[in-house]
Amino acid sequence: MIDYINQGNKDTRSGFGVGLTELGRSNPNVVALCADLIGSLKMQTFIDENPERFFQVGIAEANMMGIAAGLTIGGKIPFTGTFANFSTGRVYDQIRQSIVYSGKNVKICASHAGLTLGEDGATHQILEDIGLMKMLPGMTVINTCDFNQTKAATIAIADFDGPVYLRFGRPAVANFTTENLGFQIGKGILLQKGKDLTIVATGHLVWEALEAAKDLKSQGLQAEVINIHTIKPLDEDLIIKSVLKTGCLVSAEEHNYLGGMGESIAGLLAKHNPCPMEFVATQDTFGESGTPTQLMSKYGLDKNAIVKKALAVKNRI
Amino acid sequence: MIQLKLLLKSNNILMTNIQSLEKTTTQVRRDILRMVHKVNSGHPGGSLGCAEFFVALFFKQMKVTLPFSMDGENEDLFFLSNGHISPVFYSVLSRRGFFPVSELNSFRLIDSRLQGHPTTHENLPGIRVASGSLGQGLSVSIGAALTKKINNDPKTVYTLIGDGELQEGQNWEALMFAAGKKVDNIIATVDLNGKQIDGRTEDVLPMGSLKNKFEAFGWKVIELKKGNSIPHLLKTFKVAKSKLGSGKPVAILMETEMGNGVDFMMHTHAWHGKAPNDKQLENALSQNIETLGDY
Repeated sequence: MIDYINQGNKDTRSGFGVGLTELGRSNPNVVALCADLIGSLKMQTFIDENPERFFQVGIAEANMMGIAAGLTIGGKIPFTGTFANFSTGRVYDQIRQSIVYSGKNVKICASHAGLTLGEDGATHQILEDIGLMKMLPGMTVINTCDFNQTKAATIAIADFDGPVYLRFGRPAVANFTTENLGFQIGKGILLQKGKDLTIVATGHLVWEALEAAKDLKSQGLQAEVINIHTIKPLDEDLIIKSVLKTGCLVSAEEHNYLGGMGESIAGLLAKHNPCPMEFVATQDTFGESGTPTQLMSKYGLDKNAIVKKALAVKNRI
Repeated sequence: MIQLKLLLKSNNILMTNIQSLEKTTTQVRRDILRMVHKVNSGHPGGSLGCAEFFVALFFKQMKVTLPFSMDGENEDLFFLSNGHISPVFYSVLSRRGFFPVSELNSFRLIDSRLQGHPTTHENLPGIRVASGSLGQGLSVSIGAALTKKINNDPKTVYTLIGDGELQEGQNWEALMFAAGKKVDNIIATVDLNGKQIDGRTEDVLPMGSLKNKFEAFGWKVIELKKGNSIPHLLKTFKVAKSKLGSGKPVAILMETEMGNGVDFMMHTHAWHGKAPNDKQLENALSQNIETLGDY
């Protein structure tokens, strides 16, 4: 197992921007759309290099989703870019009917997901998007954990035929996964082996999970840490294999516990291997203004929260 | 003299063509009525009102390639935004050869490709996007038109939108975009029948002058007063096509009569989403004699 080291804080949305730029150079069918958030989504290099393959739609996300669906007819692979809130809740019916039910090869790329959007507050901090997207039959849902993984995922989804929801965030966070590792949709990554409990984390919570595992180690507990970047389809085998060994699990995500990754895992465990489980997630609440660190602490989404839930789940065995 | 003969000959051909299209329309009306009657559900009113439009478009105006391919490269494309008028769409697609006419018999039944509202999900040839939840078709059509531009494909994208459907805000996002970004390879037709489920469009939510609104958004607008006349439709399509490529998208505001061709279904919104009973069907079919053979 690799001892993961932070190679320097970077934002995941920049990983998207770099990945999109590479796609612009390597895949002539990739086109991009944005709803007035080019800077936030880091799309400028792609636009500079491929002006004829970029469409600024203005503040009109519903239209953007419909146009993206239409662009696929004739072989284009559209990547839409806006905040997670405007990529999902605002345009749910457009995604449902024109994209997913219609089987269109659209990549919905969503930045500023979750509480770590920070000071803008709850109007922009969507904590329900994973649930909204995973409920759609045939939708692939990905939530990446750092710059390198976001870049790799952006590149990988272009080669996958079907609608994808790619979720990432705003703040600079630890960049710790191996560069150019590639990205396998639907395949979880075993980051750290352990025997006492399983921590399954997605998105920004993956680094926190690794940090929590260090704390737990000092308390005599060996945590197995799994990075589930693809929430749907879920890597069921990897999770089941782990809990068969550890007997308990903590899920960790920057999302409501209702509808999130944890809920999918709970369903899996109930079906195949019932065992104690705890959820690190928001508890059916909206967010608020604050710095990302303050918010993650207040809403119980950081390393300390994971340690607490890990000890709690061990006590239930 | 020779020229006159040629002119007469071409007029004859034109007449024959129009008569043939009108015969097809009558059969399409029968299909619509029989489809909705069988399952006691569906939307005959708007379907009947747009029968001439669909026949003129699919049998004369558009260059389509069979067998159907989703990408539709180098062919004209059509998107139906107001998906509830699926009966007319299905009838015309089958009569045009996209799928067997006998399949109309499965409309709205379990395990059918002919879902209540059109969908790509069951792989029915001729359908390129699901529609039914209103207001989305124009955006999709614009996307398809943009891909044609990127691919240097000179063909045209057609779409049909209901007038009541224009109450959905997404249409206005799409109208603004198409004009602002010079999507000039699209012809969007609005079915102006003035009616929607709850009554007259004017009473439900007045929309004012659509011509003024579309023009203010930057579209070229052609008004078609006789949307149930095949010769008028063909002429209008020709004019619309001549206006493509000018930097502006083109709209046809097509006035139609909901329930056209069945006397008791006309001049009312009552048949928007209601099927005729046995007696009413008999009456309606007697007004539209079989021309191409019932399915």
